Amino acid sequence: MSNQNSSGVLPQYNNKVVKQFAIMTVVWGIVGMLVGVVLAAQLVWPELNFGPWFHFGRLRPLHTNAVIFAFGGCALFASSYYVVQRTSQSALISDRLAAFHFWGWQLVIVAAAITLPLGLTSSKEYAELEWPIDILITLVWVCYAIVFFGTIVKRRVKHIYVANWFFGAFIIAVAVLHIVNSLAVPVSWFKSYSIFPGTIDAMVQWWYGHNAVGFFLTAGFLGMMYYFVPKQAERPIYSYRLSIVHFWALIAIYIWAGPHHLHYSTLPDWAQSLGMVMSILLLAPSWGGMINGMMTLSGAWHKLRTDPTLRFLVVSLSFYGMSTFEGPMMAIKTVNALSHNTDWTIGHVHSGALGWVAMISIGCLYHLFPRLYGKKKMFSENLINVHFWMSTVGTVLYIASMWVNGIAQGLMWRAFNSDGSLTYSFVESVEASYPGYFVRFIGGTIFFIGMLLMAYNVWKTIEDKQPQAQNIEGAAHA
Amino acid sequence: MSDFWSIWISVITFVVILGSVWLLMANRKIDVKGDLAEGETPKTGHVYDGIEEYDNPLPAWWFWMFIASAVFSLVYLLLYPGLGNYKGLLGWTQEGQWQERVDSANLVLDEQYKIYSATAIDDLAADPAALRMGRRLFNNNCSLCHGIGGVGANGFPDLSDSDWLYGGSAEAIIHSITQGRQGVMPAWGAALGDRGVEDVADFVMSLSGLPFDMQRAARGASQYQLFCVSCHGRDGGGIQALGAPNLKDNIWLYNQADTSLLENIRHSIRNGRNGAMPNHREKLRPEKIHLISAYVYSLSQTNQQP
Repeated sequence: MSNQNSSGVLPQYNNKVVKQFAIMTVVWGIVGMLVGVVLAAQLVWPELNFGPWFHFGRLRPLHTNAVIFAFGGCALFASSYYVVQRTSQSALISDRLAAFHFWGWQLVIVAAAITLPLGLTSSKEYAELEWPIDILITLVWVCYAIVFFGTIVKRRVKHIYVANWFFGAFIIAVAVLHIVNSLAVPVSWFKSYSIFPGTIDAMVQWWYGHNAVGFFLTAGFLGMMYYFVPKQAERPIYSYRLSIVHFWALIAIYIWAGPHHLHYSTLPDWAQSLGMVMSILLLAPSWGGMINGMMTLSGAWHKLRTDPTLRFLVVSLSFYGMSTFEGPMMAIKTVNALSHNTDWTIGHVHSGALGWVAMISIGCLYHLFPRLYGKKKMFSENLINVHFWMSTVGTVLYIASMWVNGIAQGLMWRAFNSDGSLTYSFVESVEASYPGYFVRFIGGTIFFIGMLLMAYNVWKTIEDKQPQAQNIEGAAHA
Repeated sequence: MSDFWSIWISVITFVVILGSVWLLMANRKIDVKGDLAEGETPKTGHVYDGIEEYDNPLPAWWFWMFIASAVFSLVYLLLYPGLGNYKGLLGWTQEGQWQERVDSANLVLDEQYKIYSATAIDDLAADPAALRMGRRLFNNNCSLCHGIGGVGANGFPDLSDSDWLYGGSAEAIIHSITQGRQGVMPAWGAALGDRGVEDVADFVMSLSGLPFDMQRAARGASQYQLFCVSCHGRDGGGIQALGAPNLKDNIWLYNQADTSLLENIRHSIRNGRNGAMPNHREKLRPEKIHLISAYVYSLSQTNQQP
C-alpha cells in the first residue's frame, strides 16, 4: 500500500493480539448467543429453567455480559488494535501490555461466566459483576488505554484518523462510566453495596447503562465502521466535515440521554425532560455516522452484488440508522409511557445489538481473517452470503416479533373497563406474548446458526494450506 | 435544589445545545469546489492506510434536521421543566398529569356510577351489567384474600355461602367493606389448661354433629357455658353483632389443611384468633363499594357459586 506520509518501510505491526481477540470474538459470540437462544426458549417453554444455576434470572446477565463485553469487547479490541497501528503507521507501544489486556479480559469473562450463574451479582444491569472483578476490569482497561493512546502518540502520520477519535472516546468514556457506577462498599469478597442511595443510584446506573450503549456499542463500533467500510468498498470517506460535526455532537449529547430510562419515576421532572430533549437531539449526530458510511459507497454500489462482506457492513448501517431513529422516538415521554417495560425495549436493543453491533463485527471479521492469516480470501464466499441472509432474516424476525409483543403488552396493560378496573391481568399479557416469543426464538436460532457457519468458515480459512497470498497490509511482517 | 445547581444545569444545557448549533454552523459549507458528478470532489489530502477523505458539505436535509431538533429542544425546555428550578410555561408536572388522567377517567365513571348508586342493592343483584362490573371490582380489590368468586380460604371467609359472620344483609356487607372488621377470639389455653382445651374442642365438634369423645364433650359442655357462651351463644349459634361464628353449621373459618379439624379447633381455643378485614373507605369510593356489595350479596342469594 502506498502512503503519502510514509517515509520508509512499514513497522512490524503486532498482529498476534489482533488474531487472539478476533478468534475469541467468534468464540464468545457463539457462547453469548447460545445463552440468548436458551433464554428465548425458556420464555416459550418455562420448564427449561433448570435448578438455580440455569434459571432465567441468572442466565440473563450472563447473556448480556457475554454478548456486550465478551463478543462486542473482543471485536472492538481486535479492530481497534488493527486500525490504530495501520492508520498511525506505528506498532503497538507495548506487546506485553497488549498481551496482559488479552489474557486479563479473558479472565474477566471467565470470572463472569462462573459468578453470574452462582447468583453473585451487584444487581446493576450490565454492571452485575462484583467488586473484585470490577477492579480487574479497571486494571485491564487502563492498560488498554495506555497501549492505544501511546500508539497514537507515536504515530508517523500528522493527523489522527476519525476511526481513532471514536475508539478513543469509547475508551475514555467507558473508563469513567465503569469506575463511577461500580463505586461500592464491599461487605465480603462476593458482596458489595453501591455507595449511591435510592433515586441517585438509579440515575447513576442509567447514566452508565445508556452510555454503555452510547460509547461501547455506538462510538466504538463507529470507529470500526470508519475503517472497514472505506477499506472494503475501496472508496474515500464521504465527508470529513461531517465526521467532525457528528463526532463532537455525538459524544457531547449522548452522555445526557440516561434519564429517558427513568421516565415517570421518582426522578425529578427536570432531569426526565433533559434526558428526553437530549435523546431527540441525538438523532442527527447518530445519523451522521450512517450517512458517512452509506455515502462512502457512492460509486461503489455495484460491489454489493458480488461482495457479501460489504453487504454485512452496509446492512449493519441500515439497522444502525433504524435503531438510532427508534431510540429517540422511544425516549419521548408519551411513547415511552406505552413502550416502557414491554418487549418493545428488548426488540430495540436487539435491532442495535444484532443488526448493528453483531453484523458490523461480522463484516469486519470477514475482512480481517484472510489478511491476518495471509490468505487471498475467506475459505467460502458462498458461506458468507448464506450467513448474511441468516443474520438479516434472524434479526428482522426478532425485531418484528418484539414490536408486536411490545405494543400488545403496552396496550393491554393500560386498557381499562368502563368501571375503571383493568381489562387484562398481567398473566393475560404474558399469554398473548407466546407467539411472539416463539418467533423470537426462531429468529435468534437462525442468527445463532449463522455464527456456527462463520466459525466453520474461519476455521477452514486459517487451516487452509494454500500458498501464502501476497503480503497484505503488513500481515507477512508479523 | 439550590440556585447554584439550578444555574449550573441551565448553563451546561445551553452550552451543549448551542455548542452543537455553533459546530454545525462553523462546518457548514454549501459550495463544493468541483463537480461531484464528474468525480472531482475535493479531498482533504489526508491518507490513512490508503483511506482518503472527501471534503463534501454537510447534507442539507441532515443539517436542517439537526437545526430542527435543536429548535424543538429549546422550545420544549421553555414550555416544560428542565432547566433546574425553572418550572416551564405550561406548569407541567408528572403528578399533575397523573391527576389530570384520573380526573378525566372519573368524569366518565361518575356518569355510570350515578345510575348504579341510585339503585338498591337488591335490584343491582339482578342486573347482569352491574354484576359484571361488581365482579371485576371484586376480583381486583378483594380476591387476593377472598378468592376469585369469593370462595374464601383458610382464615378468609367464604362469601359465596349463606353463613355470615357479621350478617349478609346489604347494609351489613357495605359496613364490612367500608369500615372493615376486627374478629378477635381470645386465647383460652391458660385458663382452660391442656385438658380443658381438648374437652371444649370435643364439645364444639358435637355441636356440628361430628364424631366426638362423649366423656370429654360432657366435661367440655360445662366449660363452654363458662367461657364461650357470652360470644358464641347458649346453643353455639354465634352472635353476628359480635362477629362470633356459628359453631353448629360445620363451616370452619380456620381449617388448615395439613392438620385435622379437631386440631384446628383446639388451636383456635388454645391460642385464639385475630381476623382483620381492612377498611376500604380510603381506597374505594362509595359507588364502587356499592357495586362490590351488590356482587357479594348476589353470591349468597344464588348460592350456586362453586
